[in-house]
Amino acid sequence: MKGNVIKYERDNIDTDVIIPGQYLKIHDYSELASHAMEGLDPQFHSKVKEGDFILSGKNFGCGSSREHAPIALSHSGIKAVLALSFARIFYRNAVDGAFLLPIEIEEDAYHGISEGDEIDIDVKLNEIKNLTKNQSYKMKPFSEIIGKIIEAGGLFKYKPD
Amino acid sequence: MNIVEKILARASGKQQVSPDDVIFANVDKVMVHDVSGPGVIKVFDKLKKQGINVDKLWDSSKVWVAEDHFVPSADKISAENIVKLQNFTKNYGIEKHFKYGMGQYGICHTISHEEAMVLPGEVYVGGDSHTNTTGALGAFAAGLGHTDIAYVLLNGKIWFKVPETLYFKLNGKLPDHVMAKDLILKIIGDIGTDGGAYQTMQFGGSGIDEMSVESRLTLCNMTTEAGAKTGIVEPDQKVVDYLTSRGASNINLVKGDADAEYSKIYEYEGSEMEPIVAKPFSPENTSVVREAPHVELDKSYIGSCTGAKYEDLEAAAKILKGRKVKIRTEVLPAAISIYRRAMENGLLKIFLDAGATVGPPTCGACCGAHMGVLAKDEICISTTNRNFPGRMGHVDSQTYLSSPLVAAASAVTGKITDPRDLK
Repeated sequence: MKGNVIKYERDNIDTDVIIPGQYLKIHDYSELASHAMEGLDPQFHSKVKEGDFILSGKNFGCGSSREHAPIALSHSGIKAVLALSFARIFYRNAVDGAFLLPIEIEEDAYHGISEGDEIDIDVKLNEIKNLTKNQSYKMKPFSEIIGKIIEAGGLFKYKPD
Repeated sequence: MNIVEKILARASGKQQVSPDDVIFANVDKVMVHDVSGPGVIKVFDKLKKQGINVDKLWDSSKVWVAEDHFVPSADKISAENIVKLQNFTKNYGIEKHFKYGMGQYGICHTISHEEAMVLPGEVYVGGDSHTNTTGALGAFAAGLGHTDIAYVLLNGKIWFKVPETLYFKLNGKLPDHVMAKDLILKIIGDIGTDGGAYQTMQFGGSGIDEMSVESRLTLCNMTTEAGAKTGIVEPDQKVVDYLTSRGASNINLVKGDADAEYSKIYEYEGSEMEPIVAKPFSPENTSVVREAPHVELDKSYIGSCTGAKYEDLEAAAKILKGRKVKIRTEVLPAAISIYRRAMENGLLKIFLDAGATVGPPTCGACCGAHMGVLAKDEICISTTNRNFPGRMGHVDSQTYLSSPLVAAASAVTGKITDPRDLK
């Protein structure tokens, strides 16, 4: 999976900035996408392209349980968020709803990848290749259940053993 | 096993579970509100298109519904969401729907305890992150998104990874000027907004035994701000009395074993606790009130599931009695039952006499949705639970989180004020 990176070099990007509370009443996915990241980066909507990735620090998606957050990012074209760690509800919403891949990375990827870099994520090999800088980094493997739900295409398509 | 492990073992039909085990837990109660409900309806529409049958819920009697975020309806879209929600509960035969303008209603987490919707030992999931609140009754209570709630509504179960447990022990009572809110802010300041991530935060010790059920609810409510999967207090006679006085029966007190394991134990001395605020823009950005910045406040907000239960209003009234507010002050009881008691016991008169505005139960301004949102550069002290950028309105507004005692004292002076320093 190849794409370009939009980087927010900070921790604790919360759901209130991913999609502010005033939009919680909205359930039209493309309208939600038009307000994605509005609380942090008003330019996000104009710069994001289909297939892009977001790269960020610790505790991405903390705060509310609003599924609006992964929906707004996914319908903006974001295919994966790479972060040092994720808040739990954002993480399971992203996976169970099959909106985007939450990829846990290490410090080398966080510091090595820059805004605009083209990267290639291989979830089978747990590897991220930086095509712009010709570097590669390890991603933390998905836990067994998360891997299976992702492979199935979301919780409703997953058949427990 | 500790209490959460025992609840999850029972709910998944296992003798024993340990941290990191992945289980499918049978759910005892599930809640949606006027934001997550329409979200779930949208998921149902998607499932229908994929040929998945959504004609019947697994058990409508275990589902209950709150109207709280955008009520009284903020605009046309939120009014339509309420209509959608009411059609949904009618179509699926859900009887427990607390509608605004029709007797008891309020913030979902407040209804969960005021109406004894959840009992000790149960697995309770809600379409809201602060579902953790209800763990104060001795239940496993966790927030989920729309897809997961839709899954529970159709299948009656959901997957969980059994969490590790952090144990917070409070030795001795909190002083009179310190509330549970101060303790949980202190804890979040110590461990950070991801300090409890994916884990249980359990509270115990003599200080917790002495604490009211409502104070324990405040503690568990803000375990969400430390990233926890759930917050919990082992249930005792206080919980039984609290729930039976609200119509519950057949209460089964699940407790942890004597040899229960905790991944880490933190100890706090009640007598050493002080009033605390969390400064903008994170609940972990804490300060002792007496060392807080000398900012000119624009508003004091006493509301939300965190800070507008009856005892919270009582605390604010103790300060505001016979005094006048110096800044815009809004008091919004978190449920109609609390509103009524506050009226019958003269608290509302105290608030009005002080110059505050009393509003209806709503999540409203707490999440920047409506009814009291902040303008650019406005500074608010608030009994709510989050202060991320833009949380209560404009992205350049600021929120300080505090106890109701501090919010009321600050309303009187217009500055962040320790209740002990009020003349």
